[in-house]
Amino acid sequence: MLHIVNKSPSERNTLDACLRMAKKGSTVLLIEDGVYAATKGNTAESKLKAVMAKDIHVYALWPDLEARGMQDTVIDGIKQVDYPGFVDLVAENKNVQSWL
Amino acid sequence: MTESTGGIDMDEESSGTVKKFAFINRKAPYGTIYALESLEVVLISAAFDQDVSLVFVDDGVYQIKKGQGTKAVGMKNFSPAYRALEGYDIEKLYVEKESLESRGLTEDDLVVPVEVLTSEEMATLMDEQDVVMSF
Repeated sequence: MLHIVNKSPSERNTLDACLRMAKKGSTVLLIEDGVYAATKGNTAESKLKAVMAKDIHVYALWPDLEARGMQDTVIDGIKQVDYPGFVDLVAENKNVQSWL
Repeated sequence: MTESTGGIDMDEESSGTVKKFAFINRKAPYGTIYALESLEVVLISAAFDQDVSLVFVDDGVYQIKKGQGTKAVGMKNFSPAYRALEGYDIEKLYVEKESLESRGLTEDDLVVPVEVLTSEEMATLMDEQDVVMSF
């Protein structure tokens, strides 16, 4: 299953809700202001590292990272995808939940 | 900027009043329209020769993060505009220390020189204002 989070972790609690309900083997994609969670030093860093250790795959959309000037501070282990990569993730997963 | 009032004819009474304005920016750029709208209002306020302070707290600190490049998302990168504020006599920019720290950022990550204040100092600054505008 693919989970999509588009809000900053310091603005809304959607990332927390997502991580609470994401199962082992599932994928989390961070887009728009959600990409701030993928950056080093953000308060969400330890939470993401914890789920990555539990076989949850975390991706961030690099056009959104680059727009925000955060492309050089991405946490190790988080994979970056472009728009075609976003489409691939949607196609590969049997269903998608957007945590709006 | 005493002679320039943006084409607005100011009479004796109103031109003598200078108020302390603070613009409080609390949201990240691009995800919502708040940051850009705030910047536009700040630029308008420059035309009225007021005592303007810009405050960046919470996700607002991301507005002035260095290295923004918006080509791939197809939006306008408005971060260079913060560097032009000096030319409009808007030179008081304040950032909350705690907001920077909880995002892994330092003063060196910002596009403009700012004064970093603690939450307590920020509280005092806000308290001193005549007008507070929140974005």
